[in-house]
Amino acid sequence: MKNTIANYFDRQTNAAPLAVFRVFFGVLMCVSIVRFWSKDWIQSLYVDPSFHFSYYGFEWVKPLGVYTYVLFLICGISAFFVAIGYKYRISILVFFLSFTYIELMDKTTYLNHYYFVSVISFMMLFIPCNAQFSIDAVIRRKTYKMVPNWTIDSLKLMLGIVYFYAGLTKINSDWLLKAMPLKLWLKSKYDLPFIGQTIMQQEWFSFFMSWGGMFYDLSIPFLLLFKRTRSFAFVLVVAFHVTTRILFPIGMFPYIMILSTIIFFESNVHQRILYFMRKILCFFKIKQQVSRIPILEVDRFIVSNFSRVTIVALMMVQLLLPWRSLAYPGELFWNEQGYRFSWRVMLMEKKGSSVFKIVNTKTNSFFYINNNDFLTPVQQKQMSFQPDMILQYGHYLGSHFKSQGHQNVAVFVESYVSLNGRLSQQFIDPTVNLMKLKDSFKNKDWIKPLNDEIKGF
Amino acid sequence: MTNKQTPYFYLLMAFLISFSCSDSSGSSDGPVDNFDRQSILENVTDNIILPAIEDFSLKTEQLEASVILFSNTINLDNLEAVQQSWVEAYKTWQHVEMFNIAKAEEVYFIQKMNTYPASISKIENNISTGNYDLETNNNNWVAQGFPALDYLLFGLEDTNVGTVEFYQNPNNIAYLNYLQDVVSQILATTQLVHQDWILNRDVFVSSSENSATSSLNMLTNDFIYYFEKGLRTNKFGIPAGVFSANNTRPANVEAYYHKTLSKALSLEALDAVEGFFKGQAYNSTGTGAVLSTASLKSYLDYMTENSTISTTIITKFTDSEQLINILEDNFFSQVTTNNNHMVDVFDKLQEVVVLLKTDMLSALSISVDYIDADGD
Repeated sequence: MKNTIANYFDRQTNAAPLAVFRVFFGVLMCVSIVRFWSKDWIQSLYVDPSFHFSYYGFEWVKPLGVYTYVLFLICGISAFFVAIGYKYRISILVFFLSFTYIELMDKTTYLNHYYFVSVISFMMLFIPCNAQFSIDAVIRRKTYKMVPNWTIDSLKLMLGIVYFYAGLTKINSDWLLKAMPLKLWLKSKYDLPFIGQTIMQQEWFSFFMSWGGMFYDLSIPFLLLFKRTRSFAFVLVVAFHVTTRILFPIGMFPYIMILSTIIFFESNVHQRILYFMRKILCFFKIKQQVSRIPILEVDRFIVSNFSRVTIVALMMVQLLLPWRSLAYPGELFWNEQGYRFSWRVMLMEKKGSSVFKIVNTKTNSFFYINNNDFLTPVQQKQMSFQPDMILQYGHYLGSHFKSQGHQNVAVFVESYVSLNGRLSQQFIDPTVNLMKLKDSFKNKDWIKPLNDEIKGF
Repeated sequence: MTNKQTPYFYLLMAFLISFSCSDSSGSSDGPVDNFDRQSILENVTDNIILPAIEDFSLKTEQLEASVILFSNTINLDNLEAVQQSWVEAYKTWQHVEMFNIAKAEEVYFIQKMNTYPASISKIENNISTGNYDLETNNNNWVAQGFPALDYLLFGLEDTNVGTVEFYQNPNNIAYLNYLQDVVSQILATTQLVHQDWILNRDVFVSSSENSATSSLNMLTNDFIYYFEKGLRTNKFGIPAGVFSANNTRPANVEAYYHKTLSKALSLEALDAVEGFFKGQAYNSTGTGAVLSTASLKSYLDYMTENSTISTTIITKFTDSEQLINILEDNFFSQVTTNNNHMVDVFDKLQEVVVLLKTDMLSALSISVDYIDADGD
């Protein structure tokens, strides 16, 4: 047993898949940053708001005012350096740090695929994606033919975890028995040509998409793994993600997933892709200049034990982390305790209305808050149904009015939320003074229970 | 690529091409077996917005005519005629304020017409300097529109006789000029917005898709925004002091100087939002006129496959109306004598806000804001 494990970690394979993965990842990240910038989201999401929702334990991560643009610039440039494989280790480190910093600035914008990018870029820090087809290879005049097989496998495993857990979380009564929330979303796509007025309005279609989505997510890692089903699986991947791109506003995510799953193909496919890339370089006359430099082809790239241990540990964490929601009582979709970082994607149509009340506990006089005075529309929308954000905002309001000289400040919230087409019901206990509560990983018993049960994961 | 993979490759390409084509092609001519959203827009535009703005336009013309008459012959009859046409126009305005779309938004129709309380110091300053720009200067929003007229018609003196004497005084000719200018500005802005609605009716009605800038989404967003801000906050919340540590602000009621109009205006506004929700034609009374297949209500019923939410909303409309009916005609004295009844109305309206913002928006999958960000 010990031997087989040791043997496994010794196994070598062609380095081409890592090079292809690196180029695609770098280019997509670079495009993502440019896209984010061009839509003026840096301004509206990070610079304009006066208050930001930080993650528990990361309260020190804040937007940097106008320098936030510099942060995005650094992130974009490092992504480009990753793509071309220039000073790869430093570039991917800078990318990981800057990208993760950006994501930690405000949890209003939490998206599973941003988390995915952070995890992948952290892994790439320990994986020699610059072994081949990189500026680094030219600089060190050494290119590596082989890399440890486990480095590629770890990326496949990570993708497998994303899909499989996304599939597992779809096994719940709302998704499978009520086709919720897809039914609401698909019906609202009436403006799509041809299909909008017809199949999008059909009940069977919502069920078909719900069940199909679940089976797709659960099976795709295995279909990609086996050679006989791989090409078919890739067609499914493209079809699935293109469909989601058309139906939902999910930005770069479909492209990231489509290009990432190419890692499952064998190295000859990747060598072909590299061949195409070299042709493109030839066209731009870059190749000719580079080919004058003699580059030594070396057999294998040695990866440190530390890297191996780190990746294995990370994989363990990734396998276990999504289950942490089981440690909390109550309805997961309602309380959202352990909801993030678990590949729970598109499972909820949740809308809330949260009105905050500042009370002077001595005189019992009170006033309501106009959320527009403190939060952007996007922040209001996200805050109004997420308990940790409600609490954080409540504390912010409390200290704001204390600093303005108000006495005996208590903060209450009248919050109503509707989940997956259910009638709205009161969300937070309106008699609880938010100033007396502290955010923690403990169960939030100040959330009123959902008057319904959702069975499943 | 191996031979085995080639067919998949072509399949993939065909798939990609088919989608990139379908993205840009026109609308479908196929069988339509679902809810017709365009009919909502047609009903709301042709039976609510256009008749309301037309009526309002008419009322502002009458207002101007009465002011001209008053300027020529300053007497009690003519003053009361101006006051009466102001009341009529102000009531009709309650059916127009909700539609803060296109031209109305562009020319700050709402802000110019009904920013209250009016700033007396600003108005007096404008009158004494004679140098003011009501058209483009945002600072003058508080010095024009219905609230400014409220002051100029009811706030200068305690009695109408006193007001007539005030305007007859040649030293106060600047007040008369200002009155005329404010009314002219009202008329000009209204005609601009009215013309725009007539011109762009077809464009507006045909934009029934589900995007942040489509007519249906903007109407829905404006409806909710007006309900929360224009109706709940401005007419009840602020005067009742719920936003100011229980310090009531009775002087912030609508039509403060008129004294007995604030309740009537709020009932008109409630009538307008309810009519819009139900798709009820403007100025139609009672039951028969409800076009139940072409309203936000019927759309909501279609999406939720029952009428639970819409029935709850309509019940709360009725509850709100009953609570308002208990109030005095003069909200100023209501706030000063028994503010709890004002707060009751605010609370009831807030219950509707919750239903609109959570249950209704969830079911319609309409985005609540104009900012687009990625989801997952």
